[in-house]
Amino acid sequence: MKSILFLSGKGGTGKTSLAGAFAVLAQDKVLADCDVDAANLHLLLAPEIVDDGIYQGSKLAVKDEAACVACGRCREVCRFHAVSESCAIDPYLCEGCGACETACPADAIELVVQDTGRWYTAKSRLGPLASAELIPGEETSGKLVAEVKEKAAALCAEAKAERLLIDGSPGIGCPVIASASGVDTVVLVTEPTLSGLHDLRRILGVVRHFGIPAYLVINKRDLNPTVAEQIAAFAAEEDLPILGGIPYDPKVTEAMVAGRSAVEEEGSPAGDAMRRVFDRLMNAIA
Amino acid sequence: MRIAIASGKGGTGKTTVAVNLAVALAERESVQFLDCDVEEPNAHLFLDPQFSDRETVSKLLPVIDEAACTRCGACAEACEFGAIAVLAETVLVYPEICHGCGRCRMVCPANAIREEPHELGVVESGLARGIPFAHGLLTVGEAMATPIIHRLKERIDPERTAILDAPPGTGCPTIAAIAGADVALLVTEPTPFGLHDLKAAVGVARSLDVPTSVVINRDGVGDDGVERYCRAEGIPVALSIPFDREIASLYSSGTILVDARPEWKPRFVGLASQLKEMAK
Repeated sequence: MKSILFLSGKGGTGKTSLAGAFAVLAQDKVLADCDVDAANLHLLLAPEIVDDGIYQGSKLAVKDEAACVACGRCREVCRFHAVSESCAIDPYLCEGCGACETACPADAIELVVQDTGRWYTAKSRLGPLASAELIPGEETSGKLVAEVKEKAAALCAEAKAERLLIDGSPGIGCPVIASASGVDTVVLVTEPTLSGLHDLRRILGVVRHFGIPAYLVINKRDLNPTVAEQIAAFAAEEDLPILGGIPYDPKVTEAMVAGRSAVEEEGSPAGDAMRRVFDRLMNAIA
Repeated sequence: MRIAIASGKGGTGKTTVAVNLAVALAERESVQFLDCDVEEPNAHLFLDPQFSDRETVSKLLPVIDEAACTRCGACAEACEFGAIAVLAETVLVYPEICHGCGRCRMVCPANAIREEPHELGVVESGLARGIPFAHGLLTVGEAMATPIIHRLKERIDPERTAILDAPPGTGCPTIAAIAGADVALLVTEPTPFGLHDLKAAVGVARSLDVPTSVVINRDGVGDDGVERYCRAEGIPVALSIPFDREIASLYSSGTILVDARPEWKPRFVGLASQLKEMAK
């Protein structure tokens, strides 16, 4: 089984639209949505949930007020500024490290496991799907991403799938790094804006840091031909192969509203370009 | 007053709204800009700040004195993140997993652990069009964005209207940026993806007890799901920005909308007035 991960650095460049197109075009595949902060791939798939569960990925320090002697040791050792002057623990600042638990002379602090999110596996019109949703306000999206990848790997084994298509999250931090570990190929999706180019440099740095072969797609290529040329020049300098450009096409959004991919629309220029991008990648990694 | 500009979905126009709000408002009052998307900061591409200060943000990583270490395993057992592995011959520390909490050093019975700073990124600050500007940059390959966001927020000047451009998503970096704000302005697009992620962003703001208002960007594409949701939830739609290829093109080249199309200035000033009313 070979995995393909879609990343972009900048959000909203079209990762999920392209992942959805690949989901239509690829054979023998399993799908994973690792953008657990804002998972959208399922909106194109009409999934029927097969299995689900609550993932408990983080802990929080909880204090027994009756036992607390207000000595302030917890505040002294906490490096995340989570303990106030009155020794109250802020759940949003607490990293769940337990330094306060170790330091407390009154045994008044205990680490308590938290529900982080809900994972699920599903059957869908385009193949088996593993996904998750972070509980709003909860932390540790990186661990939840790793959980989704584990569920997806099990689905691949079960279905004897040849390909795992993984939709990633924006940014370059914790969830992105968790999604990138162990993948075979990364497809970077950018757009011809100064922000797109700026963010592409940084995400390419992460992908190269982990030594993963990467390919580039320029979405909405016609939006700013000058910046698109700058991106092409940057890719050439970096030996980053370009799979192609996708034109701006209102049919992409129309298809999304209908719960479909642009490649399923008749006469969609973006859909046609996505097919070419798919064929080129399959040839490149064959 | 602190205004956090956020969204669940990326690429909906947070930076566009934040930058235009700052520029429009700066003509009338003291404003401050903090780009809290430390993974992919973009506001500097529009505001072109002159940086005068650069501060390193680090976490403390354990360093094991192999001679003093008895391989007892207490450090690995105490680490909640699995960042230490004690082997027969040596002790491995995984820098990218370590949160730098210091618990391993606290529990080591042999005093065999000391700590050294490990750079996570930087905070750069200066002035952009007379507006105090700061942003953070997570070092490429590092995972922990929140310490940089917390450091940025230490720069907040209570005498100014602080505009915080938050990272996309609903995870720790987004929470770190929104927590403590007087109002969260959620930027979305009127599509099923936009609506789905807006709901998640509203969930985050509500869990932090921060009131929300919505900006619909690229209005006219997609469907009316976002409008119907906002009406049902009683969330005000403070501004709609139509889909317009010229606006998209201005953004692509780093041009600020209110500079190129001054008729937008009073709309952003009006947006700020609505947010101030809400924050009262």
